[in-house]
Amino acid sequence: MIVRRIAAWIAASALSVGAFLAIQNLLVPKYMSGIYEGALIGEYYAEPRGHDIVFIGDCEVYETVSPVTLWEEYGITSYIRGGPQQLIWHSYYLLKDALKYEKPRVAVFNILSMQYDEPQSEAYNRLNLDGMRLSPEKLEAASVGAMPGESALSYAFPILRFHDRWSELTDDDFTYYASRRHVSVNGYVMRADIKPVGRIPEGRKLADYSFGDKAMEYLDKMRELCEENGVELMLMKAPTIWPHWYDQWEEQTLAYAEKYGLIYVNLLADAEKAGIDFATDTYDAGLHTNVYGAEKCASYLGQIMRDSYGLPDRRGEPETAALWAGKTDYYNKLKSVQEKEFAETGKISTLVLGE
Amino acid sequence: MFFTSEIFIIFLAAVFVGYYTVFRRWQWQFLLAANFVFYALSDAGNLVYIAAAIVTTYFASRRMARLNAELESWAAANPGAAKAETRERRAAVKAKRRVWLVLCLIVNLSALAVVKYAGFAIATANGVRAAFGAEPFQMIDFVLPMGISFFTFQSLGYIIDAYRGKAAKGESFFRLAAFVSFFPQLIQGPISRYSDLSGTLFAPHAFSPEDFREGLFRALCGFFKKLVVADRLFAAIRALTADPAEYPGVYVLVAMIAYAVTLYCDFTGGIDIAIGVARALGVRVAENFNRPFYSVSIADYWRRWHITMGTWFRDYLFYPLSLSKPTQKLLKLTKKTFGPKLGMRVPVYISTAFVWFATGLWHGASWNFIAWGVANGLVIIISQELSPVFAVVTKRFGLGSRTWWTAFRVVRTFWLMSFLRSFDIYANVGATFRAYVSVFSGFGASVARLSAEGLAALGLYTADYVVVGVSVALMALGGHLIHARGFRVSNLPFAGRFALFAAVCLAIVVFGAYGFGYDANQFIYNRF
Amino acid sequence: MDELQTIINILLRLHPDEDFENNAALIDGSVLDSFDILSIIAEINDEFGVSIPPNEIIPENFNSAAALADLVHRLDD
Repeated sequence: MIVRRIAAWIAASALSVGAFLAIQNLLVPKYMSGIYEGALIGEYYAEPRGHDIVFIGDCEVYETVSPVTLWEEYGITSYIRGGPQQLIWHSYYLLKDALKYEKPRVAVFNILSMQYDEPQSEAYNRLNLDGMRLSPEKLEAASVGAMPGESALSYAFPILRFHDRWSELTDDDFTYYASRRHVSVNGYVMRADIKPVGRIPEGRKLADYSFGDKAMEYLDKMRELCEENGVELMLMKAPTIWPHWYDQWEEQTLAYAEKYGLIYVNLLADAEKAGIDFATDTYDAGLHTNVYGAEKCASYLGQIMRDSYGLPDRRGEPETAALWAGKTDYYNKLKSVQEKEFAETGKISTLVLGE
Repeated sequence: MFFTSEIFIIFLAAVFVGYYTVFRRWQWQFLLAANFVFYALSDAGNLVYIAAAIVTTYFASRRMARLNAELESWAAANPGAAKAETRERRAAVKAKRRVWLVLCLIVNLSALAVVKYAGFAIATANGVRAAFGAEPFQMIDFVLPMGISFFTFQSLGYIIDAYRGKAAKGESFFRLAAFVSFFPQLIQGPISRYSDLSGTLFAPHAFSPEDFREGLFRALCGFFKKLVVADRLFAAIRALTADPAEYPGVYVLVAMIAYAVTLYCDFTGGIDIAIGVARALGVRVAENFNRPFYSVSIADYWRRWHITMGTWFRDYLFYPLSLSKPTQKLLKLTKKTFGPKLGMRVPVYISTAFVWFATGLWHGASWNFIAWGVANGLVIIISQELSPVFAVVTKRFGLGSRTWWTAFRVVRTFWLMSFLRSFDIYANVGATFRAYVSVFSGFGASVARLSAEGLAALGLYTADYVVVGVSVALMALGGHLIHARGFRVSNLPFAGRFALFAAVCLAIVVFGAYGFGYDANQFIYNRF
Repeated sequence: MDELQTIINILLRLHPDEDFENNAALIDGSVLDSFDILSIIAEINDEFGVSIPPNEIIPENFNSAAALADLVHRLDD
């Protein structure tokens, strides 16, 4: 009798939880059209593990380096765990999360986000964290970066944030209910259009140029995390002309890198050396590089990383080579589709093949 | 602490577990501790007010009990005493007890008056001074201690009952404290009497699956009403009533209907949570509502809406006031002047007006509420005056049992109450009257506008109105099943019960009007 | 018995059509409201010189003419 009771309770509870999760999955946004960037973080988990390099940082990082070029020229495998306006604490926890699944040789952090010491926007919080698997890291990141009014509970149970979408469900919500499609190549988002740099705006005068305490705290944490895990931390700055990268910020970064013996590559300063041409290598007048710029940066960075960290050339490994052959194929196809669109219409409309 | 907050759920879970784990003898003491924790988590800085209410009430009631005890022991020691002397002693004791009553009343009412109404009084005075070009007084702003309107009334009810010899003699301090601070009642009521609540509150309670189930389901329905319906419509009401000039005519009627639904769902929802939580603890609390939208008259309405407040004001203000010596003297005077029939009515109407003034004032510190209270009182007096006329008409045309006549009265009462309630939602008394006027003056144009624009401009989507409509229909169905068909959750088989609970929970999570960015469903995306 | 009849007369003056001899649910059945109660108290005061205090205004005392008669009797001591 009691056993039947308990069994009934367990069965009923399981059914209820199942129904709850099923409905939650329906209501969360899928990011399969429009705002593709929301799907970036979640794509990581399906990838085969064992990357040599993991990149973390904001949109600069997922537009500046082409993983396919790193593979083709150096046989280096990489993944970009970047997200739109990813803040340093997001990056820290995303790295920590990644380290549960693999141990890369190098972690590369784009230091643009050092300028932000406070949570900036609820929308970007969600775009960077919703894709994470439920874990202590996800909840810590949510509570550390919470905007006023946000609760970590709504990251554990996203239905609490997105329940209102019941009246705005789209076809995508049903099509991509069970599985999503890839919007990136190992975290890189392809842009083959060109819009040259025009006027370079002056940087505004700031009241205080020092990096905030919270940002420095998380940079230290990132460095320590890497040390504990035997991962090399490398800092980079993308070759973008806006937001303005102040000299004072550059000094602080150089000082930090020197203090801890970290390699820091400023692609903006090294733009000429890397062969970057601001007339052809950007798609939005200098805010982000396009695929041509990304390939040049990858080429330039790749050599530094291979030489400094002794990264192996995996082009001889049959499985890896086969995997990357497929990626390279997709990458080139997408590139030619976009180039055609740009040539014919002056803009691109295909961000993901097969839509 | 709001009912609709994450911390309340966690607090409740902890209370339920603790309550049914401790020894049954100690359950009410556990509740007292829980009440304290509830108050500390919500409003720790203002604990002093509820503590003061309990202490002063206890102290005064002990004094009264002591005086009674002394009288009893004197009477026992002097059985052959003369009747005159006994009467004299009794009167003296009564006078002394009255002194303690009055002291307790003054202390508690002053605390309530200062904290709740000081700002209002000063603002009003400043308005008058400004008219005369005088300097305004310094504004004092008090943060209202949580539940002060409710726990003050429970304490005052207790001391008045003690004076009348109704409450048990000299209750223990902790029992009194547990009664005054009972946490489910602190937020929206109901207002309990000590004699009604003490039995069930202090009795030991074995865990009863039925009580727990019924109580929890009722509380769940309360959450549904609040989160899905009431909170959803607030946005529309805010938009409609911000400026009566912007939404005149038929829009005012729309606002009235929306507010009737919202207020009903918010208030009865909160009471459902209070009564449901208490029931889940095995404590039976008095009902506060009885299908108010079925009222046939305004007097009937006030016997169905916020019942415990109405009976409190009736028993502790209206009757004492109407039967007091000054009022009786006034009665003799008016009977002589106006004759017995008319003279009878004058003091009663004065009491009525005063009680409704107090009721309005109790609701809130603003002229809106006072106007609302006085208006209610006026309508009641007028309908009392007209009742013989109505009685004649009803008899003459045999309307008594006709369904359409009852329907007419129900609809009439609904609109009457909706008009009166408008004082709650417009910014001030002037705005409310402008809204009333615009119903008649701006009607035609507004109807045209409404049929063109629809209700979309108010910040709610069509889907929202569908949710409200379906929810109201479900509530009506549920009400019918419970009242007319005796439906109880416990009547369902296990699977049915579980499914019902799960379905209501899910409905609240999905359709509730809560959460970050409830207003802004869109993401703001910049190219960064 | 005299008391009972006087009380019934008082009640009839308020509601001429009710059956006060047999009805025992005057409060519970909403036959009398607060205004009626005050009138009754005033009239009882006039007729019998008895003051009904507020704490005796309970349904048990007002539900029937007989209950009222008992109340008056009790308070007259």
